[in-house]
Amino acid sequence: MEKWSLMTITVLLALTVRWTVSLSSYSGAGKPPMYGDYEAQRHWQEVTYNLPIRQWYFNTSDNNLLYWGLDYPPLTAYHSLVCAYIAKLINPDWIALHTSRGYESQPHKLFMRTTVILADLLVYIPAVILYCFSLKETSTKKKVSSALCILLYPGLILIDHGHFHLGLALWGVLYLSYDWDLLGSVAFCLALNYKQMELYHSLPFFCYLLGKCFKKGLKGKGLVLLTKIAGTVVVSFAVCWLPFCTDMEQIMQVLRRLFPIDRGLFEDKVANIWCSLSVLIKIKNIISPQTQLKLSFAVTFLSLLPACIKLTAQPSLRGFKFALVSCALSFFLFSFQVHEKSILLVSVPVCLIINEIPFMATWFLLVSTFSMLPLLLKDGLLLAYTVTMLAFLSVCTTSFSIFEKTSAEDLQLKQFSLSLKGHVSWLKSFPKIVRTLFLLSITLMAVLSLMSATVHPPQRLPDLFPLSVSVISCLHFILFLVYFNVVILWDSKNSRSQKKIS
Amino acid sequence: CGAAMAAAGGRSWFRGLALGVSLLKCLLVPAYYSTDFEVHRNWLAITHNLPLSQWYYEATSEWTLDYPPFFAWFEYALSHVAKYFDPKMLVIENLNYSSHATIFFQRFSVIFTDILFIYAVHECCRCVNGKRAAKDILEKPTFILAVLLLWNFGLLIVDHIHFQYNGFLFGLMLLSVARLCQRRYLEGALLFAVLLHFKHIYMYVAPAYGIYLLRSYCFTANHADGSLKWRSFSFLHLTLLGLIVCLVSALSLGPFIVLGQLPQVMSRLFPFKRGLCHAYWAPNFWALYNAVDKALTVLGLKCNFLDHTKIPKASMTGGLVQEFQHTVLPSVTPLATLICTFISILPSVFCLWFKPQGPRGFLQCLVLCALSSFMFGWHVHEKAILLAILPLSLLSVQRAKDAGIYLILTTTGHFSLFPLLFTPPELPTKILLMLLFTVYSFSSLKSLFRRERPLLNWLETIYLIQLVPLEIFCEFIFPLTPWKWHYPFVPLLLTSVYCALGVTYAWLKLYISVLTERISVRQKAE
Repeated sequence: MEKWSLMTITVLLALTVRWTVSLSSYSGAGKPPMYGDYEAQRHWQEVTYNLPIRQWYFNTSDNNLLYWGLDYPPLTAYHSLVCAYIAKLINPDWIALHTSRGYESQPHKLFMRTTVILADLLVYIPAVILYCFSLKETSTKKKVSSALCILLYPGLILIDHGHFHLGLALWGVLYLSYDWDLLGSVAFCLALNYKQMELYHSLPFFCYLLGKCFKKGLKGKGLVLLTKIAGTVVVSFAVCWLPFCTDMEQIMQVLRRLFPIDRGLFEDKVANIWCSLSVLIKIKNIISPQTQLKLSFAVTFLSLLPACIKLTAQPSLRGFKFALVSCALSFFLFSFQVHEKSILLVSVPVCLIINEIPFMATWFLLVSTFSMLPLLLKDGLLLAYTVTMLAFLSVCTTSFSIFEKTSAEDLQLKQFSLSLKGHVSWLKSFPKIVRTLFLLSITLMAVLSLMSATVHPPQRLPDLFPLSVSVISCLHFILFLVYFNVVILWDSKNSRSQKKIS
Repeated sequence: CGAAMAAAGGRSWFRGLALGVSLLKCLLVPAYYSTDFEVHRNWLAITHNLPLSQWYYEATSEWTLDYPPFFAWFEYALSHVAKYFDPKMLVIENLNYSSHATIFFQRFSVIFTDILFIYAVHECCRCVNGKRAAKDILEKPTFILAVLLLWNFGLLIVDHIHFQYNGFLFGLMLLSVARLCQRRYLEGALLFAVLLHFKHIYMYVAPAYGIYLLRSYCFTANHADGSLKWRSFSFLHLTLLGLIVCLVSALSLGPFIVLGQLPQVMSRLFPFKRGLCHAYWAPNFWALYNAVDKALTVLGLKCNFLDHTKIPKASMTGGLVQEFQHTVLPSVTPLATLICTFISILPSVFCLWFKPQGPRGFLQCLVLCALSSFMFGWHVHEKAILLAILPLSLLSVQRAKDAGIYLILTTTGHFSLFPLLFTPPELPTKILLMLLFTVYSFSSLKSLFRRERPLLNWLETIYLIQLVPLEIFCEFIFPLTPWKWHYPFVPLLLTSVYCALGVTYAWLKLYISVLTERISVRQKAE
């Protein structure tokens, strides 16, 4: 079959899965007084449509910031405004000021779902397709199957279409940024202005571009390129923030809304270091919030450092993709005020390298979806979760035959293992060990999913299952962080040229 | 090395396809379901609570039991699992009961029984010869056939959204076809006999089975020129077949004969009191007939050939046309449809008898029987088109000519199922699934028959492409116009008449190709 018909079928399949998942319930359905993220998005439409721009981020009599106040950057607000105009055309009740709070109806659900799938269709899916076609040294079939795997990643589908989260659609913009530096930096600025969490990815972008400039020579072409990029960044930021530039107070208020430092080290049950450590030590009680902030900042910075230095010194597209993963993962594990949905920020770059390390990528993506299990259970998405996980696992196993690709070389660990001479006997059974570990972890996840869905936790420990989910995922993530850093640091041009020869 | 790997993974792709479609079915659990859901819940309750003697008399709900006894027994078996999910669904008086557990149970019972269908498809794929072996797995006829059957759009929406148990029934049919192709005649006959007592709509294709079994099993040899050798008649084989049919019928209908309830059962199974066409006209000959009548009436009124006062008030409001009275053309009686069906089936049966071509000929006759009765039958449901589409899939991957016919028939037939799902959330689902299946069937069959002439000529292509504007008009533009209130039936009418053209065309084309086909010398030798 032709390339295009295969791609069309892939896209149609992805859309079908997205739409059928969206038939199930959403975050905060029928749960007054606060409802959930669905209501947040609807409320933003209400606010942006009815209030002047000056009041969007301020607490006024018409805009109670405690009730889902706008805490995303301007682009999200503009997007809400556009959606609100469409909503107004269909049914003005949906966005009426004050009276529309907690509005729920079948047509409205349909409308909200459509806005998500449209955003996906317009931004995310074309980006994925373009990215997969731009992959080098792969057959058409491989390209299509990576596209299929990326598009069927359950985490994103469940959160966007099940739980309801609009913002993540813009992630796709990231992907575009591979071909042209300038366009890439514009795209990244837009993404950053869509969601501040995009900062997780900013360091690799910065280091990669900087490294590229260094390589060209700081005095000649490099400097020109650097100024160009800096100019683009400033301009695109200015455009996004234009309506808020009337006075300083506006900008400060927006920033305060975006980075709520006073919220604490972590909320709910997140699969990061702090939450897991708190099982043993109650960090929140021992250390003051200010120290918490400093501590988390320091640890994050330290864990980021190696990958960033390596990337600046030897900028390469491959290194860049891996750095995206490891930096986002360090942020997720160590930084301040992390939400469990933020793991998607790590997953998306992992999707990008799924054709290079299919085994590890699949593993990671499964764990990442698993880490959001408590959230998904709360929204009644158990069926969709099970189905999409199974589908994703089987698609990955059939299209990449991951179980045959567990040798050190396939995991990009050849250089590393060569530097560990003297452990040959241990290395021989390496593929087998890895496979067993994978199966073990899958079984563990399956059992825990099943238990948290069916068994009532003992009364003394009501949070037993969510907590164990996050601790187990956290352990996984730490191992993954080590792995990714090893791959980045031991990666050299020699290894790749060797591979080409062989 | 590649060949070895292909052999090792030879069947893994089939498992992948089956698993994939089953997961998709699970995602459809929260989707809309029609009144058929309540129908089956009611049958669960009836068979669970009442003794056999009252199964066909119970009428608390309007959805009385009108399937043959085996299906009732099937519901009886299901009801014993259902009581562990939610015993309240087994109370006869609990009309329109639909708790979460009930929905889960009913939906999963469909998905679970589809395993039989999956197995049948697997067996059918083994019957397709792999002569056209391609290197790429995606271009193997068996792979394409498996997708066309397992991912069939019609079956997906009718069973898993609209709600019915067609999957395992078609599984039984395909399995019997596969057994006949493998020359395991008795098994095939047994399966078909059982199937008939599950759902009697399969009577439409019974002539093909009867003649084929008689011709190839009861007569064991042919002359050199393909004509029948009367001497080779095997009385033993005929007795065996008769025994199977009688035993199965006795098992199913026997208890009711003993109770003296056979007339009651039959009156439930064949309700001739219903109208010529179903609520929504199935795209068959009668849809065209009705449309012509309607057009003539309007024309006659304009030109004053007809008298206003004499025209009966046709109940064409609300899109539900239960009793349609013809004004210009003669009205149609059940007997007339029966005769029409009989006459239209006859040539195909003759073909099967006089031009034996083995399993291929049998399949052609089967499809023609199904299509002919769809064209002329009394009170035909639009879903009955699946009876022709599924067996035709088997033919389509073997010959370019059949592939062309298949594409026309499936696209129009599937499109005509659209009105089954009319709720807004299902609109994207049905369009996406339809596109998925149509894009796949076109591109895969095209690449399979790449070396032969194009599958469709320009006229057919234009006809099929115009389905897109038709759909856009019916679902998006029409509801915005003021006609919506005065003529709500227009979209249904347009869809059914337009699709009727395509189905009729495919039927004629297939008939002509079967009738004009010559027996090749090679097949005779086989």
